[in-house]
Parts: sequence; structure tokens; C-alpha cells
Amino acid sequence: MLYALKIATRYLTANKAQTALLITGVAVGVFIFIFMSALIGGLAEFILSRTVGDLSHVTIEAEDPDPSLLIAPAGHVLAVTERGRTRNATLAEAETWLPLIEAVPGVRAVSPQITGAGFLTRGAQVSQVSVTGVMPGRESAILDLDGYMVEGSARTGSGLIVLGRDLADDLALSLGQTVRLQSSGGITALLTLSGVFETGNGAMDGARAFVSLPVARTLFAMPQGVTRIEIKLDDLNAADATALRIRALTGLDAVPWTDGAEQLMEALNAQAQTGYFLKTFALITIVIGVASALMLSTYRRRPEIGIMRAMGAGRNFVVFVFVAQGALIGLMGGVMGAALGYLALLPFPSREAFEPGTLPMDITQGSYGLAITLTVIGAILASILPARAASRVDPVTAIGQ
Amino acid sequence: MSTLLEVRDLFKTYGTGEAETRVLRGLSLRLEAGEMAALLGPSGAGKSTLLTILGTLMKPTSGSYEMLDQDMISADDRALTDFRNAHIGFVFQFHNLLPDFTALENVIFPTAVREGRETPTARTRGRDLLERMGLADRIDFPTANLSGGQKQRVAVARALMNRPELVLADEPTGNLDRASAKQVMDLIGEINREEGTTFLISTHDEKIAASCRRQIEVADGVVTG
Ligand SMILES: Nc1ncnc2c1ncn2[C@@H]1O[C@H](COP(=O)(O)OP(=O)(O)OP(=O)(O)O)[C@@H](O)[C@H]1O
Ligand SMILES: [Mg+2]
Repeated sequence: MLYALKIATRYLTANKAQTALLITGVAVGVFIFIFMSALIGGLAEFILSRTVGDLSHVTIEAEDPDPSLLIAPAGHVLAVTERGRTRNATLAEAETWLPLIEAVPGVRAVSPQITGAGFLTRGAQVSQVSVTGVMPGRESAILDLDGYMVEGSARTGSGLIVLGRDLADDLALSLGQTVRLQSSGGITALLTLSGVFETGNGAMDGARAFVSLPVARTLFAMPQGVTRIEIKLDDLNAADATALRIRALTGLDAVPWTDGAEQLMEALNAQAQTGYFLKTFALITIVIGVASALMLSTYRRRPEIGIMRAMGAGRNFVVFVFVAQGALIGLMGGVMGAALGYLALLPFPSREAFEPGTLPMDITQGSYGLAITLTVIGAILASILPARAASRVDPVTAIGQ
Repeated sequence: MSTLLEVRDLFKTYGTGEAETRVLRGLSLRLEAGEMAALLGPSGAGKSTLLTILGTLMKPTSGSYEMLDQDMISADDRALTDFRNAHIGFVFQFHNLLPDFTALENVIFPTAVREGRETPTARTRGRDLLERMGLADRIDFPTANLSGGQKQRVAVARALMNRPELVLADEPTGNLDRASAKQVMDLIGEINREEGTTFLISTHDEKIAASCRRQIEVADGVVTG
């Protein structure tokens, strides 16, 4: 079949302008395919990072312990401890779990936290605040606090508090000034404002305070354990699997971010569907283009096909000559379109350096290999009809023309 | 002499109803191995039709055809394709060569298509044949740049490539001037004498017909002489 390939190549090179045009047409289709892949992929990535990027990917929250029962041998309940009124559930053995969780593949960062509610008081000003105690040094493990700082530092520490911009403004508090924080448990601490952040999220900027884990321990009277463990993953799409894994490993109730994010997932799905739709059309265009060009070539070369058949070329040989032309066109157009697509995507900023106002193209999601493979397969399929027509050319009428 | 091929009671009818054309009407013919025969007859007599049937490119409406003791009527397309490749060479009046290939590539096509590639042995034979046709300086020429006479000589070389027992030529000199026609016929005669290849050549040219040892007249769908 090497010989059929030679003839196919010769046919393609014999009419260079036409072949170049055909390959360019295929390349444009592949380019669109790749552009759509990068755009849809980048867009999904962008939306996820905007909505989920600052969230914990897998979260473990303390459950209030079930009331302990005292059960007699006969099965009668003898005594029940009543559930406490105040929420004081803790992940008491958190410290022992942390190294285990950190060792799970795909886990990028783990942030043990103590969370609770309180009041900030400065002079006559009182504001309700939701307090998060984080490990000093891990302030930016989940939320990119460092990136949102407008004043001071995100670093928490003994006697320090980091507040949102709106909250600081409400309290007319500026860097270095002190504020009184009273926890829901009634414990009070005097803290110095060491940093101000602005995320653009009103609930965050107007009602969140970050303190160090030791400060939170004092405030919420929790000498050990934490209330919440937040986990960041390398791949947020792996949250479901990783949560399961952590659950199996630790027995803790690890919840992936996808729980309760059905609408977002649906929207992303719909977007991906649109992408498939457009990509399918790009492929169909390629198939139709290749098929019609080869059909024309088949017709133009009827006398030659007749001669080849008279000289002892079998039907399969003729089929192969034309299918090989389709495959070569698909391969060259595919590679050219993929290269063009890659070059066109190069100027777009990377996912990390994305700037609002431009398209969130992701060059790594161009599906180059898939685009080339599908194009070659499509071009081969497109050439089958013309190839069959060519193999059925009647030598007598073809040569007699 | 042994019999190369024999057809008996050949009928060939084109079309149906109003457009029905009965071309061959019970034609019988025998060719011995090594013959050099001219096929004569008025235009429309059925010369090309007969050559096409003998070349296994078309089946007669009825009749029998045996070549090299094989039944050509019942054989299927695949078998006939292989048979043609091995035993029959063609020279046509028009559309003879593959225009995007060189003279040598055209000549070795029948071998290459059988072997699946262009072997060095095939190239050597192709070169020899082209030299013999007086085309030593045109071996790697694109055929599109050859003159009509040169093209027909390339076609003769290709017809001989697989050392077939039979070469069918349908007005091979119909498009050539007298000098080129004579050159082509001289080469055919030489091959016939030296290699014993059987030639059946249709022509309207009395001189060319006279240069063949046998003349076969076709008229009204049968051989008349
Ligand atoms: N495919 C076809 N369909 C219908 N009629 C045909 C077909 N091919 C040939 N004919 C008719 O059959 C008759 C014989 O044609 P053929 O080509 O065999 O004649 P010929 O002897 O070769 O003539 P010429 O010397 O002009 O080449 C003609 O009347 C022609 O019109
Ligand atoms: Mg004729």
C-alpha cells in the first residue's frame, strides 16, 4: 500500500494551489475547534476560580456529638445526656489528623480553623463580626488573603486582628489602633489592627475578622482541637474523590465544595455542551469540505482511474489512493490548524495572570491532540464516499471519454 | 502454434429499447500465440468494442471467451484484474498515460501496482524498455511534456512491462503523423518478432494494416475476412 500512498501524495502535490487551499480550509476548522476548546475550558476555569477559588475545596466541620446513651442489657435506655445549648463541638483530635490529610495526593494546603461569632467594640461603635482563627503562616492557604490586603499585613499573631475594609471603616479604625473583641462566649480580648483586606465581597469585607489560632482558642475557650478544617486541592474537580478518600482515611465528615453547588455545575455543563456543539460543527464543516474536494478530484481523474484499472489496479487500490489523500489532508490541516491555534493563544495571559476585560483563554486546554485525531478520522470518513465512487469508475467509459 | 485466445458467438448490445445498438452479432475469432494482427472495419463496426471485451474490461452480452485456457466470462472482477495485470497490455488512442507521473513511473506502473512498491528490478526493466523505444533521454520526463509520438512509445513500453502474452492496441497511431506512426509500428513489429508477444491492433490506416501479417475485417458485427 506504500505505492498507493505514493500516488496519493503525487495527486496532492500535482495541484499545489488546490491542495493548499483545501488544507487551509481544514486548518481553519481545526483552529476554530482549538479556539473553542481553549475558550470554553478557560471560561470554566475562570468561573470556577472566581466562585470557588477562594473557597475551601473540601471542608471538615465538627459535628455536635450525639447524646450519649446509657443502655441496660435488656435494651432499655436508662439515661440520656441532653445536647448542650451552645455550639461547642470540636474536632478534638484535629492535630493528629492534619499530617494524614496533608499526605493525601492532590492536597495542596490544609488550614485548621476555629470559627465563631463576636462583637467588635470601639468607643460607641459596635459591630457584629464573624471570627476566623487561622494558623499563623497559613492565612492565605484557602482564601488568598495576602492578595486582598490593602493595608498592613495578612499575618496574624498574638494580640493582632485583620479586618475587612468596610468593617474597619465602620469602626473608624486605622492601622495600629486597638479594638475590643467580645466572643459569643463572653470572653474579651483587646486586639491591634494589623491589616485591612478588601475582597470585593460585601459579606467578607463588612463582617469578617481574622485572628491567630491561639487568640481564637482564648476567645472561644477551646484549649485544644479546632471547629473546622479547610482543604485546598491542586485540582478542584477532584474534590468529590478526595473528600471520599479523606472520609475513608479519617472517618471525619469531609464535604466537597460541589455539595450544594449544583446550579453552578449545571451552568458549567451547559457551557461545555455549547462548546461540544460548536466543535462538532467545525468537524462537520471539515468533513463536508474534504468530501466535496475529493469528489471533484475523483471526477476529474476518471480517465486516469480507468487506465489504472485497465493496467491491473484493483478496486481496493483505488479506494486506498483516495482515502490516503483524505488522511494526508486531514493530518496536514490538523497539524497546521493546531500550530496556528497554539500560536494564536500564546498572547493570551496565563490562568494565573488573567486580567478582567479579556477572554479567559486557556492555552493548555486547546485539545490539540484530540483536534488532530478527530480531524484525521473525519477526513478519512469524508474520503470514503469519493473513494468508493472512484473504485467503481468503469474503465471502458472513462478511457473512451 | 498454440491458441492464445478464442471467442465464439459474441453478441454485444448497448442500451435498450429505442437506444438499442446491436454491435457484435455472433462474432467468432481465434488468435494464435505470436500473431501480429490488424483489426479493420468501418467506423462504428465494433472494433473498440471487441478490443474492450478481449481486454476483459467489459463482458459481452453473450458468447464465450477463453484465453490461456481460462474462462474469461465467468471470472469475477478481482480475478480479471489480476489476469489483465499479468497477461494483457493496452495501448489506447487517447488518455494513455498518468499525467502527473514521469515516463519511467508510467512504464513500471503495472509491476509496481502488483508488488505494492516500485522495486529496483522494475526500474531497471522500465529503463531498458524506454531505451528500446528510443526514449533514453526522456526517462524521467514528466509525461505532460512529451510529444504525442513519444507518449505512444511510453504507452507501448508500459504495455510490455509485465511481459504479457497479448497487447491490445486501439488505433495507437490514430493521433500521430506518418513518421511517428511508422516508428511506433516498427517497434511493435520488433517486439513481436523478438519476444513473440501477440498484438491485435485496430486501425483505419491501410499501410499500418499491411505491415501486419494478418488482417481481420469486422463488418455488421461479425468477422468478414
Ligand atoms: N457505451 C456505449 N453505449 C452505447 N453505444 C455504444 C457504446 N459504445 C459504443 N457504442 C456504439 O457501438 C458501435 C460500435 O462502437 P465502437 O467504438 O466499437 O466502433 P469502432 O469500430 O471502434 O469505431 P471507430 O473506428 O470509429 O473507433 C457504435 O455505433 C457506437 O456508437
Ligand atoms: Mg474505435
